[in-house]
Amino acid sequence: MFSNFDFQVIIDALPYLFLEGMVFTLKLTLLAALFGTILGTILALMRLSGVWPLPQIAGTYVNFVRSLPLLLVIFWFFFLVPFIAQKIVGSPRPIPIDPFLTALITFSLFEAAYFSEIMRAGIQSLPKGQVAAGYALGLSYPQVMRRIVLPQAFRNMLPVLLTQTIVLFQDTSLVYVLSLNDFLGIAGKIGQRDGRLTEMYLFVALVYFLISFAASQAVRRLQVHTAIIR
Amino acid sequence: MNTAATTPNSAAKQSSGVPVIEMIGVSKWYTPEFQVLDSCSTSVQKGEVVVVCGPSGSGKSTLIKCVNALEPFQQGDIFVEGVKVNDRATDLPKLRSRIGMVFQNFELFPHLTIMENLTLAQRKVLKRGKDEADAKARKLLQRVGLSDQAPKYPGQLSGGQQQRVAIARALAMDPVAMLFDEPTSALDPEMVSEVLDVMVELAREGMTMMVVTHEMGFARKVADRVIFMDLGAIVEDVPTEDFFGSPRSERAQLFLSKILSH
Ligand SMILES: Nc1ncnc2c1ncn2[C@@H]1O[C@H](COP(=O)(O)OP(=O)(O)O)[C@@H](O)[C@H]1O
Ligand SMILES: [Mg+2]
Repeated sequence: MFSNFDFQVIIDALPYLFLEGMVFTLKLTLLAALFGTILGTILALMRLSGVWPLPQIAGTYVNFVRSLPLLLVIFWFFFLVPFIAQKIVGSPRPIPIDPFLTALITFSLFEAAYFSEIMRAGIQSLPKGQVAAGYALGLSYPQVMRRIVLPQAFRNMLPVLLTQTIVLFQDTSLVYVLSLNDFLGIAGKIGQRDGRLTEMYLFVALVYFLISFAASQAVRRLQVHTAIIR
Repeated sequence: MNTAATTPNSAAKQSSGVPVIEMIGVSKWYTPEFQVLDSCSTSVQKGEVVVVCGPSGSGKSTLIKCVNALEPFQQGDIFVEGVKVNDRATDLPKLRSRIGMVFQNFELFPHLTIMENLTLAQRKVLKRGKDEADAKARKLLQRVGLSDQAPKYPGQLSGGQQQRVAIARALAMDPVAMLFDEPTSALDPEMVSEVLDVMVELAREGMTMMVVTHEMGFARKVADRVIFMDLGAIVEDVPTEDFFGSPRSERAQLFLSKILSH
């Protein structure tokens, strides 16, 4: 199998693979993690607010999203959003939406459910006295959240948030089913064109592994570091 | 002002104007079956130091947390300088900012430096400028003997130092009264006195204080009155020397004999 392994195919494809594919993948990962964390934090705050009906809305959303296969959500969004946009704008035909934007919205909404559970755990793990101390000084609810609770929850949960982001990094490869030009998508297209799928997929696997492995090692080191500071 | 814990002194205080803290028949239930406070009434005059003691679980923490509305209650009224705590219209953040509170576990904010711990609420609640807040913080850190700790984080300080910072943080808001919830019971024995010294000085300077503590030495030294609680009720509320001289209730006698024996 490896006797006629063609490295040249990979070398030739490197610029396209990385400058186009990996840039797409990383951009999608980092932006989706950012928006997912923001939206997830809002969901977590809603869930813990105790103000009807916010916890119910957030809880339903989180449980609903978490019980759907990601692939299904991606398909849905891709085929539904143009029709929704058509309805909103009132145009005669479905409006094509930038594929990157669609993917970004999908992953942000999907990851928000997971990030919200992480932030919720982070908030709940703080000693109750921290909130009481904030209120006792006269801080308002938003001030207590913004200045005392969220910074600590975020700092304590950073390793978990980053680990979830590594999972997200791997999951973004699912957009390949929509033949978007992410890292895996481009590798597939080149492999198909040149009849070198084996080389390309092995190479792709190696790259995903190396990046994910290096990132989780970095997270582990961060974990030890923050454990010492506390 | 308040130099010694004498009865004439406290009697003089009681005659003057609106009390800083007034509780009238406060009752609280955690569940319909479990009543944690049972018609508690007392008042604290300006400059008065009141020690609250009683067995663990008797409701001492809950009682003082009702004063600044950290705990809601179902019956009765509490007034702070005439402002009703349990009134929906009351601006709670404003009211709380006028009452300092010191917790058993310090509750400094671990992600902020000592300086930031002392200036956060000054700036966000009292809207003081950075220079004014910093100056106030430095003055108070010096007062509790921790001037050189300003840039550190709470985790780098000993328990006693952290509690002194917590007192300074509360004082930075220029409170009309201070509430203490067992401020020394989480400390290693050798650190208790450095915190008590700060509290004694505060009491002598005339600060109005409500202190939950089992440090009976502190009570004898500076308290005007002692409140003894049991099963959610205020069983005794008497001048300090009467409490130590001859507590009226059997439960208080038993409590005292236990606490003074070790
Ligand atoms: N959040 C709560 N929910 C239910 N019970 C509580 C809660 N907080 C305290 N209690 C109970 O109320 C009683 C009084 O508590 P507390 O005021 O902390 O007593 P103390 O400070 O005198 O030790 C205890 O029996 C305690 O277990
Ligand atoms: Mg207590």
